[in-house]
Amino acid sequence: MQSQRIDELPGITSQLAFEVEDLTVAYHSKPALWDVDLDVPQGVLMAIVGPNGAGKSTLIKAALGLIPRAAGEARFFGTTYGKARSRVGYVPQRGSVDWDFPTTVLDVVMMGRYGEIGWFKHPTDRDRAAALQALHQVGLSEFAQRQISQLSGGQQQRTFLARALVQDADLYFMDEPFAAVDAVTERAIVELLRTLRERDKTVIVVHHDLQTVPEYFDWVALLNVEMIASGPIETTFTEDNLRAAYGGRVSAIGAGRSV
Amino acid sequence: MSDQVSGVRYQPEPRTKASSIITRYSFLSREWLRIAALAVVFLLLIPLSALAFGVEWTHTLRTVALGGGILGLVTGALGSFAVLRQEGLLGDALSHAALPGIAIAFLISGRELTALLIGAGIAGWLGVLLVRAIVSTTRIKQDAAMAIVLSSFFAFGLALLAYIQGRDDASQAGLKSFIFGQAAAIVERDVWTIGLVGGAALLLMLVFWKEFKLITFDMAFARANGIPTRTLDLILSTLIVVAIVLGLQLAGVILMVGLLIAPAVAARQWTRKLEQMVVLAAIFGAASGASGAVVSAIDAGMPTGPLIIVAAVLIAFLSLAFAPERGIVWSQLKQRADRRAFAAQTMMRDLYRHCCSHDNMSQPTDEAMLVKLRGAAARAGLRDLAREGLAVMEAGTTQWRLTPDGVLAAAQIADNGTRQTREIRPVVITTVEA
Repeated sequence: MQSQRIDELPGITSQLAFEVEDLTVAYHSKPALWDVDLDVPQGVLMAIVGPNGAGKSTLIKAALGLIPRAAGEARFFGTTYGKARSRVGYVPQRGSVDWDFPTTVLDVVMMGRYGEIGWFKHPTDRDRAAALQALHQVGLSEFAQRQISQLSGGQQQRTFLARALVQDADLYFMDEPFAAVDAVTERAIVELLRTLRERDKTVIVVHHDLQTVPEYFDWVALLNVEMIASGPIETTFTEDNLRAAYGGRVSAIGAGRSV
Repeated sequence: MSDQVSGVRYQPEPRTKASSIITRYSFLSREWLRIAALAVVFLLLIPLSALAFGVEWTHTLRTVALGGGILGLVTGALGSFAVLRQEGLLGDALSHAALPGIAIAFLISGRELTALLIGAGIAGWLGVLLVRAIVSTTRIKQDAAMAIVLSSFFAFGLALLAYIQGRDDASQAGLKSFIFGQAAAIVERDVWTIGLVGGAALLLMLVFWKEFKLITFDMAFARANGIPTRTLDLILSTLIVVAIVLGLQLAGVILMVGLLIAPAVAARQWTRKLEQMVVLAAIFGAASGASGAVVSAIDAGMPTGPLIIVAAVLIAFLSLAFAPERGIVWSQLKQRADRRAFAAQTMMRDLYRHCCSHDNMSQPTDEAMLVKLRGAAARAGLRDLAREGLAVMEAGTTQWRLTPDGVLAAAQIADNGTRQTREIRPVVITTVEA
């Protein structure tokens, strides 16, 4: 673990948006995550990268309590998830739902408000306006009344992003938003990430494409069951770390980088 | 249609008074009117079935029809969630699992309907919990787990029934009717039970409407948002158990699942919104429950369950075949129309390219050559072009050439064609400007 101490870095406040301590997750007694530590300061765009089966999605799911943890804990803005929940937004993998569900794009986005709306109440005009605004942000304004089964993969992904945006959270977890999307969607997501950073939001993204990491993100965590390294791109996204995470298979990519 | 990220700030559209009334009272929309029309058509099944089979509309029959109708309404509505959660077969496991509960309840308290239904509910519940437990603690998948639970519970139930029948007890005669259902056994008090309990179940469904919708669509997102998914999941499953148990006397343990699933499958065909699907499924369920019960009343020996299911499946087949957009017939017609439009477009492009290659816009092309190149569809395409006035066949020959309008339209397609290959546009191009 060669992570830099956050508070020693210039220009970064010591308040952490997200921290993980000694997190271990096991599937059928095989560890998917092993003793993982991670500190994420506020206001960064962080990519979690690592080979297949490295536990990237597992890390997010375990932190959010979607799968059981064998050990360790996760803290959000210095407190538990239960207390910080309204400040945390989650974008699951788009393949995790049935897109033939009978509903419209606007309705899916509105689901992001359900937790806030509370029991026994219906969404109001304000929720609707927030949903339309979020759809506009991801470039899907004209698709509001579209049946979700008619969306392309990229549009599905943007619908999920919009659903997270209406939560107006301070910390976002996105599980492979760039997986198999068209160029328009990729640009839309990048633009959105930048907007979020400008507003001092923290975004943690499970990412696959090493090429684009330095361009899209300013913070990175290299994961392979254990945490290899995490920190700012400049000091962390190095050839040595990449080789440690991927086992020597990425030397070509690492060498081409100006790190 | 801008599929682009624009930098323009979002401006909410100004809503006119009329449009805001329609969004507020969305039942005024065309979709809801269509549903109302469907409701009328399918609810007519009930009196029609009585007429067609010459059943006399007696007080008993009214009781039976009402019981079947209310039951179908409840199971149809709740069945929508079962179908969307892809848990239709769980309903089947559940209803089969109820049989030993009925038998045990009988052994304890005799032929008392409430007790029998409570026994059925508990056993059905245990069945579902067992399936869930098997799936979560072992590596056995849900389908195998359901098969195990369904067959073992049902076998146990049959064995218990055989034991009960072997006893010297006259009151056990009606128990067998729980296997296939028996409308004749329904009395007015039972209809009240179905109505009150079913109504309560529907009320709970409305109370937790948005939560049920969310956990059905995206369980992980709901849980991450602090929605108590386990509790809600439990409530929804319980409501489905209740709906099934209510129907056991009428539809029987073997076929009960049909009344849960078929109306929802049918309803899914006609609509794109969950609330409409649930309403339609309730209507379809009511229509099939009531008409099946009515027809079975022709003869005391006629099992009600199979007839209810026949009615429900009939509606499902009609919907699978004829519903707009999702129906088989509709999509075939759509495909044919698309192919036709595409053929005409291809012909226009071929004629145009031939002209271009000769650098002469009135260059004719032989039909035989086009057919050889593009297959028999070429002929239909050329006829369509002729009808639109975009191409003509020179009299007495088989030579085709584009009209001036056709040349303009073809040029436009040639420009757009490369970009819009995915969307097949109709050949009618109305804005040809001189």
